[in-house]
Amino acid sequence: MKYQSKLFLGVALAGALLTGCASNDTDSSGQTSDMNTYSEPTQSMESDVSAYEAQEPEVVLENIFYFEFDQATLTAEARRNLDAQIARLQKTTGPIRLEGHADERGTREYNMALGERRANSVADYMAINGIARYRIETVSYGEERPIAFGQSESAYSKNRRVELK
Amino acid sequence: MRKPLIITLFLLLWTLPSVADLTIEINEGKDDPVPIAVVPFGWKAGVTLREDVASIVERDLHRSGLFEPLSRADMLSRPANANEVYYRDWKSLGVDYVVVGELSFGRDNNLVARYELLDVNTQRSILQGEESQSFDKVRFLAHTISDRIYEKLTNVRGAFRTQLLYVSAVREGDNRFRYRLLKSDIDGVGEEVLADSMEPILAPTWSPDGKNIAYVSFRTTRPAIYLHNLQTGQRKQLTNFRGLNGAPAFSPDGKQLAMVLSKDGSPDIYVMDLASQSLKKVTNHFAIDTEPAWAPDGKSIYFTSDRGGKPQIYRVELASGSVERVTFEGDYNARARILGDGLGLVMVHRVQGRFHIAVQDFKRNRVEILTSTDLDESPSVAPNGSMLLYSTTYNGKGVLAAVSVDGGVRYRLPSRFGDVREPAWSPFLYE
Repeated sequence: MKYQSKLFLGVALAGALLTGCASNDTDSSGQTSDMNTYSEPTQSMESDVSAYEAQEPEVVLENIFYFEFDQATLTAEARRNLDAQIARLQKTTGPIRLEGHADERGTREYNMALGERRANSVADYMAINGIARYRIETVSYGEERPIAFGQSESAYSKNRRVELK
Repeated sequence: MRKPLIITLFLLLWTLPSVADLTIEINEGKDDPVPIAVVPFGWKAGVTLREDVASIVERDLHRSGLFEPLSRADMLSRPANANEVYYRDWKSLGVDYVVVGELSFGRDNNLVARYELLDVNTQRSILQGEESQSFDKVRFLAHTISDRIYEKLTNVRGAFRTQLLYVSAVREGDNRFRYRLLKSDIDGVGEEVLADSMEPILAPTWSPDGKNIAYVSFRTTRPAIYLHNLQTGQRKQLTNFRGLNGAPAFSPDGKQLAMVLSKDGSPDIYVMDLASQSLKKVTNHFAIDTEPAWAPDGKSIYFTSDRGGKPQIYRVELASGSVERVTFEGDYNARARILGDGLGLVMVHRVQGRFHIAVQDFKRNRVEILTSTDLDESPSVAPNGSMLLYSTTYNGKGVLAAVSVDGGVRYRLPSRFGDVREPAWSPFLYE
């Protein structure tokens, strides 16, 4: 009986952790879902996506890739998320827009260049992995379009990003 | 009796102060500002103006940080001309200078201001002047008087009749902003919207004659540089290249525009001839080169580059293309603006993770930090070199602030709404 309740507690904890993670995920995807318009125009593409997702249900498509401070190199996590997107994009032909962003620290024009460098490093990674370069457009918004506000590291880390549109 | 009433109504309509987005708070002044009394101006015709000329002059002088105006409540008398001045009274109040003046109607129903600047210690009138303006330019008339007094007492040309460009961003909805390009008088009054967009606007800058401005807008969902004629209101798109189109800067002769483009891969500095719109590439490096700023002689351009690993200021000589590094202190120096005399630069300088405005003189290459706030950006120097405007963050909001080039005077120009940033101080616009 004791053992059982412990087990139950363990399961409940794991469940709580999982829902914790899940709600985090929905938080971040909720932020971007309204921008996730690229999949809407072509109906056939959508069915491809759902077929793909049906095979590997654990893959959550993330269309924001985050960066370290003053860095434009892809983190392991960003690369994992990008791989999933690339697998999907290889089945499509439409244009891809990558928007690079920076946090507010530093000068605006330098951050504009930093945002472009980030967008380019995502573009390069896509191109190396078989996405035709002509499909990809990069635009940098620098620090002009934050998605998190306030002068905190957590806000800054959310703003250092490339968005796939 | 009837005429003054009509004129009063007319004056009320014409001189209603426009709603200012910026109000001025002086945070820190010079240690020994010159005590001065600006006595309310007398008015011959018996009507009152909505704008208080003496008060505008007083605030101008105060804002320069060099003067401490005497409060009106402390004045023992309100003379309107030199004959009515009892120097002993002013001396007992500790005032060094007194400004008196009188307003009257001139020809064509113009407003005429006669004023005098009196030296309390020598008991002499050291400046007499008369200014005339139409009634819708009362503030301009007052700023003219401020310029004359400032120049007389400091031997430096006054910059009270200059203007200010800046950008405001107001949040509309979750992650949406409304961006406006604004122009106002240097005291924040008379704000005018020059551009309004849901896409970012940035990097406004003045042509040397003050007739044109250039800025970057994302209105096509991509960045492009625009040239805007302030007299005709005509706007022209100058660039439409792949990648960055940013950081426009007019050459000292106004014929060329330096900018940053990344059409060839990495951001480099280019110079566009404005008449032919032909482009010349000035720097060529795989690193980030951005934020061009012309040397006053137009022969070289200062810019920010991270070619050494971290952003630093470099200088490229236009004739030879040779590049030299200019800043060495600290690991983040960016967005230089060159002082008018060419003897130094102001820039964004990072110390212990905080961003400040600093000045570096070229003779000794010493760096002096001017600001104590954080996230300070976009320094823009007054045409007389006395003060600079910059943007900073105050209570989580973007605000504009000013600091004297010697660091002694600071004030803030808080905005009523949204974030304001990227101030650009105009050149001299009037004689």
